Amino acid sequence: MVDDWRPTAALETLRERARLLARVRAFFADRGVLEVETPVLGHGGSTDVHLASLSAEATTPVGRQRLWLQTSPEFHMKRLLAAGSGPIFQLARSFRDGEVGRRHNLEFTMLEWYRPGLDLDQLIEETATLVSTVLGRDLGQSRRRRYRELFRESLAIDPFTVPLEMLRRLAGQRGGLDMANSDREGCLDLLMSLEIEPYLGRASLDVVVDYPASQAALARHHRDPEDGAWVASRFELYLEGLELANGYDELTDAEEQAARFAADNAARRAAGLPEVDVDHRLLAALVSGMPEGSGVALGLDRLIQLALGKQSVAEVMAFATSRC
Amino acid sequence: MANYSTNEFKGGLKVMLDGDPCSIVENELVKPGKGQAFNRVKLRNLMTGRVWERTFKSGDSLEAADVLELEMEYLYNDGDMWYFMKTDGSFEQYAVEKKALGDTEKWLKEQVPYTVTLWNDNVINVSPPNFIELQVTETDPGLKGDTAQGGSKPAVLSSGAVVKVPLFIEEGEVLKVDTRTGEYVSRA
Repeated sequence: MVDDWRPTAALETLRERARLLARVRAFFADRGVLEVETPVLGHGGSTDVHLASLSAEATTPVGRQRLWLQTSPEFHMKRLLAAGSGPIFQLARSFRDGEVGRRHNLEFTMLEWYRPGLDLDQLIEETATLVSTVLGRDLGQSRRRRYRELFRESLAIDPFTVPLEMLRRLAGQRGGLDMANSDREGCLDLLMSLEIEPYLGRASLDVVVDYPASQAALARHHRDPEDGAWVASRFELYLEGLELANGYDELTDAEEQAARFAADNAARRAAGLPEVDVDHRLLAALVSGMPEGSGVALGLDRLIQLALGKQSVAEVMAFATSRC
Repeated sequence: MANYSTNEFKGGLKVMLDGDPCSIVENELVKPGKGQAFNRVKLRNLMTGRVWERTFKSGDSLEAADVLELEMEYLYNDGDMWYFMKTDGSFEQYAVEKKALGDTEKWLKEQVPYTVTLWNDNVINVSPPNFIELQVTETDPGLKGDTAQGGSKPAVLSSGAVVKVPLFIEEGEVLKVDTRTGEYVSRA
């Protein structure tokens, strides 16, 4: 008798999950943030080199078309912002091909929200409050950690200035694999995953800021006061070694955005990856004018996993991909 | 042999790593933010039993290992090699070296089925059943009426293993033993 028809979450967990979702909705209702629902399918997709998009062929009002499944609801939500929606949030089913594991599932729920007029610091505060609200306990003051500082402390290198050869050697040695052909970002990603992430968010929430400018396609950049290096106006929030949320001071410049999309697709070609159709309607929305502000995407399944003390996201989903 | 990519790695898959056959224990995707993906993989080296933790770039692949696990009965030892026979009716025999036998040497009993791991048709490991019944060949005399006190004493079993047994156990008795822990379970 095959038992794989059964849910991957206990029914009691699904009841708890529903309770936590209600808490999220109440949090935003209290703050006057509008819940929206946007399409899962779009004519353009995420060009990000490290995200693999799924696509579907469909008969649409303009005939047979390839549509992309969103990797996050970002593009549609930004178009609402440009149309004057004001602050909005969404519980959005998102899809990332190949992302399967204890902390990943092919499709998952992204809690994403945008706050026109709020700067990154204000959004970090709000995100930390939301996390405490969902967990149902006060996590105390969150710690601000600069990306650069983390590498200096854990690995005694400056990630922005360390020579590439030295970085490759260090990454190869720590990971036990050949990194001789890897680029700077690949080496930093590996070291971040293996040597830094697991120790973040152990005492309270850790908020990592000032990422290398190259690691945030949709964020503004600013200068590091230390030496003028470009850093991204981006934050990542960690709890118990889990990456929970990724926030940006959103890029509103259409030309810059178009250039980054083109650069992504060039990098995809170079890496032998399929190109992704660019979302022209997002670019048009940016030309028309999107209000300045910040936005954040939070992996809701992971937060629920932590809130309920589970070991994997599959345990808080009715049917993880293995049983879909 | 075929190659397996990291996205095909799952528990029990047999692959070659650094020249040794390994069994995948666990495969975890690690991916920071929107960064590059890696797989953190735990593999059991089937030659040594040791568990290795290795990192791979997602999409990298390893060669499949020609590994088979078969049930075989223990036959005899000629002083140099140990002989096992397939239980599938083929009567095919395999000679096993001391190195491949490892700790299982102390749990050998004729006609008991063992799990034998073959790599390229050579035996690299022999695992005993979880429970086995063996006779006590040597132990101190039993203490009558001491069944409840919970004391213990060493006993040598017919296979050569030494296990702790309750004080009331006598020489010549047959015991059920857990081979994973080396502990006495009950009288057989």
